[in-house]
Amino acid sequence: MDTAGNQKKVRAFVVENLLLGEEENDFSDSQSFLESGLIDSTGILEVIAFLEEEYEITIADEEMVPDNLDSVDNIVAFLQTRRVG
Amino acid sequence: MGLNSEQKKSGISFDVLELDRTAATEEIVTSIQSVVLKKFRKRGAVVGISGGIDSSVVAALCVRALGPEKVHLLLMPEGESASTDESTELGRSLAKSLGVEPQLEDITSVLQGAGCYERRDSAIREVIPEYGPGWKSKIVLPSVIQSDQFRIFSVVAHSPEGQEIKARLKPEGYLGVVAATNFKQRTRKMMEYFHADRLNFAVAGTPNLLEYDQGFFVKGGDGLADFKPIAHLYKSQVYQLAEHLGVPEEICSRPPTTDTYSLPQSQEEFYFSLPYDQMDLCLWAKNHGVDAQETGAALGLSAEQVERVYRDIEAKRRMAVYLHAQPAFSGRPDGATS
Repeated sequence: MDTAGNQKKVRAFVVENLLLGEEENDFSDSQSFLESGLIDSTGILEVIAFLEEEYEITIADEEMVPDNLDSVDNIVAFLQTRRVG
Repeated sequence: MGLNSEQKKSGISFDVLELDRTAATEEIVTSIQSVVLKKFRKRGAVVGISGGIDSSVVAALCVRALGPEKVHLLLMPEGESASTDESTELGRSLAKSLGVEPQLEDITSVLQGAGCYERRDSAIREVIPEYGPGWKSKIVLPSVIQSDQFRIFSVVAHSPEGQEIKARLKPEGYLGVVAATNFKQRTRKMMEYFHADRLNFAVAGTPNLLEYDQGFFVKGGDGLADFKPIAHLYKSQVYQLAEHLGVPEEICSRPPTTDTYSLPQSQEEFYFSLPYDQMDLCLWAKNHGVDAQETGAALGLSAEQVERVYRDIEAKRRMAVYLHAQPAFSGRPDGATS
């Protein structure tokens, strides 16, 4: 499992798809997508679709919680529990 | 709205939403007269009526302000919505109570021509391949109250044989379904403006405060209007005015519906976190800085649940920024250079 690689891949996805032109330097891996207003109902669908396709996993409804998906760090930790990457 | 003993003990209650109905009516009537006749110099108002509470109250207010002969009521059913016949019947009953002959415009063929149904069905088929003629569907969201789970849209489909399939939508599918169904609200608005242009009338918008604040409308669809006479009223206040204005009882007692999908869909399933009266009080409390503990005590919810609703309100407000925005200019539209 390549945690550093996951971190890089997830961050690249977030920068490309959620930051939408905002300065990348101002965005930290621990920053909450919800609290910083980066994510809406379409955004969270995009995050889930990315993870399911990229890592060939299925994310269950009960796993779709902020603890697992609300920051780059949270996503990387979640991927670790799923032992992928 | 009755209060239980728990609610009575708390600092806030549903009483905060009580309106002075006579004064509120008077204020809106004066505003409609001033805006439609004086400011816009239009001869009357077009109101699309759905048999729901909001459009019924707007129609009744317009009739009070302008007189029945200056209000054009449009019923605009379409072939597949779950409550089409009931909505049309209730709309007719409202129009009769107001002394107005409504006009019926069936928008099914316009929607077919635009590919509304076909485009939506093909978006649904991305996750439910067998979806086809005779099937019915709606989009649903999980409850904010039950868990901390992100609200992910799913499509629920019923086969002609009664089998139910629920599938989570992918981003393209979700956007595709919403984009296609938005044809319904936009087609209705197009029809309202056709009649407004023909009659030299203005078009009334029907969103209430809850819908307006939370962006529960389609831009260029039900969000488009020349005046919005109840956008400052919480939904429970719209019900109070309905009673005051004599809106037929069968409309006042009907549960709110989106009237957009072929399966019956409540507004909580698709958009709001709570039934409208509780949602009203949460929004009022948030707007007035009432903490989650106190709001929860009034609603029989935990502070944590109310916090989730507060966060959901904030998230929807962020999405509503785009819906409320006027077109952005890249320069000054008055021809000046600086």
